[in-house]
Amino acid sequence: MGNLEINGPRILFRVFGYPITETITNQWLVMVLIIALAYWVTRNLQKTPKGKQHIAELWVSTVQSLVQQAMGAKNMWFAPYIVALIPFIFFSNVLGLVGLRPPTADLNTTLALSMLTVFMFHYYSIKFNGIVAYLKGYLDPFALFLPINIIGELSRPVSLSFRLFGNLFGGSVIMSLVYFLLPVFLRVAVPIPFHIYFDIFSGGIQTFIFAMLTMVFIANAVGD
Amino acid sequence: MNETLILGRSIVLAASALGAGIALTAGFGPAIGQGYAAGKGTEAVGRQPEARADITQTMLLGQAVAETTGIYSLLVALILVLLNPLVGLVG
Repeated sequence: MGNLEINGPRILFRVFGYPITETITNQWLVMVLIIALAYWVTRNLQKTPKGKQHIAELWVSTVQSLVQQAMGAKNMWFAPYIVALIPFIFFSNVLGLVGLRPPTADLNTTLALSMLTVFMFHYYSIKFNGIVAYLKGYLDPFALFLPINIIGELSRPVSLSFRLFGNLFGGSVIMSLVYFLLPVFLRVAVPIPFHIYFDIFSGGIQTFIFAMLTMVFIANAVGD
Repeated sequence: MNETLILGRSIVLAASALGAGIALTAGFGPAIGQGYAAGKGTEAVGRQPEARADITQTMLLGQAVAETTGIYSLLVALILVLLNPLVGLVG
């Protein structure tokens, strides 16, 4: 039996001293995949859809109805971000299926994604309610709650990023344990249910959760 | 490095590993909460099968928020095991 090693993403090479890890190259792979997919389904768009155009329109209308449900009809301008966010996280999560390390099993990726959400939350909060109402929100319900509200705001990116990272990292640790404990001749078929649960099911659920929480946060920021 | 220092380091490492295990017992809470939410969700679908999509969505969102404490315990356990912040105290 070999050694079981649980560690971070390997550093593949360096550009001007900056380490380029597996996470970054796998993200490039996901980006190329999504761009190629988007390019492929949007060739020869026609008034009456046929073939691959159905897939594109189904995806866009699904996300639009999701945004409408979660954020209300007046916040439909937010749909394009979700349309792009869900494929990125989902394809990142299921990259474990082909034996690559999922980019979302790296805290840097998930923290960047959740910082996007948090910055948008504060930006739209100020933009739609004004700076006075935004600052007054920290004194809600009364002034003594200021420290608690600040801690609450700071814990938002932490819980958002660690939810995605913890699930994906935990999944990849359990998958490597499964491969480690099985004898070589069983490594072909036995891990399939584990892959279905940890990569496809858990990855899909976590993608949905991240997108839903982003939508709920932004809807809260915009307010009524 | 003298023997006392090595002994101290091993004790701290062992205690960190134990602490990580103990931290993960916080998983009890989210597990019970998520199971409760799933049970209530099933009841709700049984009563109102036509509202299935809405109920599932709300249930998943609530479960994700309930999971936060479990994620924090995972964070503590990962820091204890991978970063070993307490070893520095021995010198």
